[in-house]
Amino acid sequence: MSEIITPSQTVGPFFAYGLTPKGRAKWDPNGTYRWKETVGDNLITPDATGQKIRIQGQVIDGDGKPINDCMLEIWQADSQGRYASPQDTRARPNTQFKGFGRSATDKDGVYNFDTVKPGSVPGPGGKPQAPHIVVCIYSRGMLRQVYTRLYFADEASNAADPILALVPEDRRGTLIAHKTGVHDGVTGYRFDIRVQGANETVFFEV
Amino acid sequence: MSLVFPTKSLEAFPKHLSPGYKSTVKRSPSKPLILMPHTLSELTGPVYGHDAVQEGDNDLTKQCAGEPLGERIIVHGQVLDEDKRPVPDTLVEIWQANACGRYVHLVDQHPAPLDPNFTGAGRTVTDKNGYYKFITVKPGAYPWGNHHNAWRPNHIHFSVFGHSFLSRLVTQMYFPGDYLFPFDPIFNSVTDEKARLRMVSTFDLDSTIPDWALAFRFDIVLRGREATPLDNDEH
Repeated sequence: MSEIITPSQTVGPFFAYGLTPKGRAKWDPNGTYRWKETVGDNLITPDATGQKIRIQGQVIDGDGKPINDCMLEIWQADSQGRYASPQDTRARPNTQFKGFGRSATDKDGVYNFDTVKPGSVPGPGGKPQAPHIVVCIYSRGMLRQVYTRLYFADEASNAADPILALVPEDRRGTLIAHKTGVHDGVTGYRFDIRVQGANETVFFEV
Repeated sequence: MSLVFPTKSLEAFPKHLSPGYKSTVKRSPSKPLILMPHTLSELTGPVYGHDAVQEGDNDLTKQCAGEPLGERIIVHGQVLDEDKRPVPDTLVEIWQANACGRYVHLVDQHPAPLDPNFTGAGRTVTDKNGYYKFITVKPGAYPWGNHHNAWRPNHIHFSVFGHSFLSRLVTQMYFPGDYLFPFDPIFNSVTDEKARLRMVSTFDLDSTIPDWALAFRFDIVLRGREATPLDNDEH
């Protein structure tokens, strides 16, 4: 018999000084707050290998308005498709790369992450999954986090991805980040998230 | 370690849409969530151990020049999985209002004083038995705009990691016997009473420190239970 788990509650509007003190949100206009950030929006470590990317996007509510008090967390494999987690027992030379990041949205509902493009990771039945990033969204007005996935438009392996295959074809596009250009060796991707309404982002029950 | 994450356990969670809490109306998915198998991407999760925190990060009364006003309290407990096994070495982060119910955030402008000696953020890592401890002051209740004369019960926000990205939990710890419980749509978004009580700390006389601080115990049960060949039926 399992124990009842502790229920989720909203992150509320005031999380920034606890969880994302150095983030995009200008919650501390004088910059006087001194609390070291644990997890930030730049995942790139000196030993991280692979293609450097910058993911940016806007989070939008059911009225089409930007959500300006939202936190996103991302979880991803390294460029070789290995997770920095005890449950992934494969050798991982880039030991500093954690693959986890947080970004708060700014007044325009915009977030960003600097990271490396993840490699393909094993999926159900040993079938490979296309490169992807797990994205979790927390916000005032969300009593629990929602899970989605970011895939890359320029990956041919999307066509065979076992999770994308579960999504109705006309909604798959909401999970695809599009290349916006290359600046200083960093490839930009755009990934907007529509929490509700027309073209609503696909969220997963996990 | 091999853990499974029954989705049935999520029945303890509030629904995404809980109209009594008005902000959920435009911020909850309107289409059904898509059920998917747990892959390596879900069954792994970030590790933030003892190197993520500094000495004193768990004492919110010592982060400024002087001591904050308010009732000094100890908040402590154990992080557990669904089999009641301790979750060791996992990051626990908190943030809260000061004793007057005011947050140090630009958006909180309600007429209660800020305390120059209180910022209200803390973090720690559980020990090998899953225990954590914070020293802080009891947060005040505060008004919010959800409905006429709406007040939040006293609470401390918690963020906990656990063994995988599926055990990740953001919640709020409440205090026993709060008279605002019946009126709070966020607390009552959890419709099962037993689940709701999971969010309420207990007064812990044995852990109080005479002449110094009261104590509250708050155990946190995360998703995930041990996988065994005979027990895969999601009960």
